[in-house]
Amino acid sequence: MIEANAVYVLVLRELIKFFRAKSRLVTTLARPVIWLFLIGGGMSRLVSPGMGVDYMQFIFPGILGMTILFSSIFSAISIIWDKEFGLMKGILVAPVSRFSIVIGKALSGTIVSTIQAFIILLLFPFLGIKLSLLSILYVIFICLLLSFAISTLGIVIATFYESFESFSVIMNFIVMPMFFLSGAMYPVNKLPAILKVISQINPLTYGVDALKHAMLKGSDLIDFSVATDIAVLIACSVAFTIIAGVIFERKK
Amino acid sequence: MPIIRVEHLSKKFGTVTAIDDVSIEVEEGTIFGFLGPNGAGKSTTINILCTLLSPTSGRAMIAGYDCIKDSSMVRKAIGIVFQDPTLDKELTAYENMMLHAYLYNVKRSEIKSRINDALKFVDLYERRKDVVKKFSGGMKRRLEVARGLIHRPRILFLDEPTLGLDPQSRANLWDFITDLPKKHNVTVFMTTHYMDEAEVCDRISIIDSGSIIATGTPDELKKTVGGDVIYIKTADNKKAKSEIEKIFDVDVSEKNDELFLTTLKGDSCIPEIIKAIGEQVLSVRLQRPTLNDVFIKMTGKQIRDEEISSTDTFKDEMRAYRRRFDRG
Repeated sequence: MIEANAVYVLVLRELIKFFRAKSRLVTTLARPVIWLFLIGGGMSRLVSPGMGVDYMQFIFPGILGMTILFSSIFSAISIIWDKEFGLMKGILVAPVSRFSIVIGKALSGTIVSTIQAFIILLLFPFLGIKLSLLSILYVIFICLLLSFAISTLGIVIATFYESFESFSVIMNFIVMPMFFLSGAMYPVNKLPAILKVISQINPLTYGVDALKHAMLKGSDLIDFSVATDIAVLIACSVAFTIIAGVIFERKK
Repeated sequence: MPIIRVEHLSKKFGTVTAIDDVSIEVEEGTIFGFLGPNGAGKSTTINILCTLLSPTSGRAMIAGYDCIKDSSMVRKAIGIVFQDPTLDKELTAYENMMLHAYLYNVKRSEIKSRINDALKFVDLYERRKDVVKKFSGGMKRRLEVARGLIHRPRILFLDEPTLGLDPQSRANLWDFITDLPKKHNVTVFMTTHYMDEAEVCDRISIIDSGSIIATGTPDELKKTVGGDVIYIKTADNKKAKSEIEKIFDVDVSEKNDELFLTTLKGDSCIPEIIKAIGEQVLSVRLQRPTLNDVFIKMTGKQIRDEEISSTDTFKDEMRAYRRRFDRG
């Protein structure tokens, strides 16, 4: 059972905190901008993806994916802070189902991540990318879907950790490889065989690929069909939500 | 029927037995004190009663519901103030209250008035728009008590409610904890390691190494360590000693120029002594056994403050660590 009131208030809490900490917003937006202009700008002199696509244009969908990846994972693993500082205990003794807590947390991450991705998206005219209003709506839809999938994945990860000493483990062994093997910086089909397999089980790959459909129309740098991308993202969201809910429900 | 009934509750973590065959009964509308040193099993018991842990064996019933099978009914019936603060420091007092009101499914039309009433009750209404980060330890604790009452629970759990508070805040907090059963119609289940504070409880259980070693009213428990001691100074101790011994048929001893005698009813005994030998008495003082004496007798050790607050500095370090990450 899912309690609407509980989901609503968990999302509200996150949004209040998000808009209250404006300096944090600036620092989280700085990361994708730095990658886009410093790495993208530098590499574009060296690499030419072909078919009239500039390297900065090529990595733009990946940069949106990165914004979502970091923001959603951070939002989800705030559960670990909540556990460490007792806030989670206060929530767990309330008469709400564990699924409501998972959904509430996942939607918080989804909304916050999509807002950030949308701010980065506004850079598209400066990169020579053309997007129709319909494409922009499509991109926002993909961002919502991808954010939800990554947030629920983050919650599953967070259920395994009790303290934030695990923070650097999650960053170095989960988040960074997920980013590099998502087709964000280089096309998946050009990767060595083993890395290609890993990319294909990475949900972020499908989100980035779906974004490429809007931004790199008609180029051969796209790996999957839109239908595959959306189906995988939905399947991941459902699976991670159920796994997280079940793990949360289990008592010691 | 008791509102809390714990029967033969045991909990093992691997090979370690945290609590062993614990049985407790708490009557509705009373204040129950659960005393014991750190690691005795107080928190484990509270966590089972709050549905956060399941016991290895035994049964716990709250307001007629089983803590394992009907956990969501139990959760509706209880409010909890944990030992470590569970407030969101980035949110205001009002927002923290609102978070809980929604989690406990309080009717939307009633939320505002209930929050404002609760904040007035704990004297924080004027500060409702301030973020909790700016609050003192005592204010935070009061806010947590208010939050624990927002859904009108039948039972309020208080785990070390006065830990880390200054004496004045402690006194304030006790004033309204003792008012809770009457004003809010709740039963209070609390743990404390300040023995003098446990005096306000209607009944007390003492737990040590996972087992309950004594249960009773504070007076009953104190009687188990012997009675009150009355100290009397007189103009002529020898004469007074023989007179008291003759009249009351008790043994009177003398130490440091003072007579002293042991009795079960110190308060009613003093007027009688004064009546009998009043003109000779220079001063009288009464020393009653404290719960601390009970505790030392039962466990052979004293509860020490420093044992319990040791986790606080660790948490502070972690908070500093977290702030660094958030900005990075």
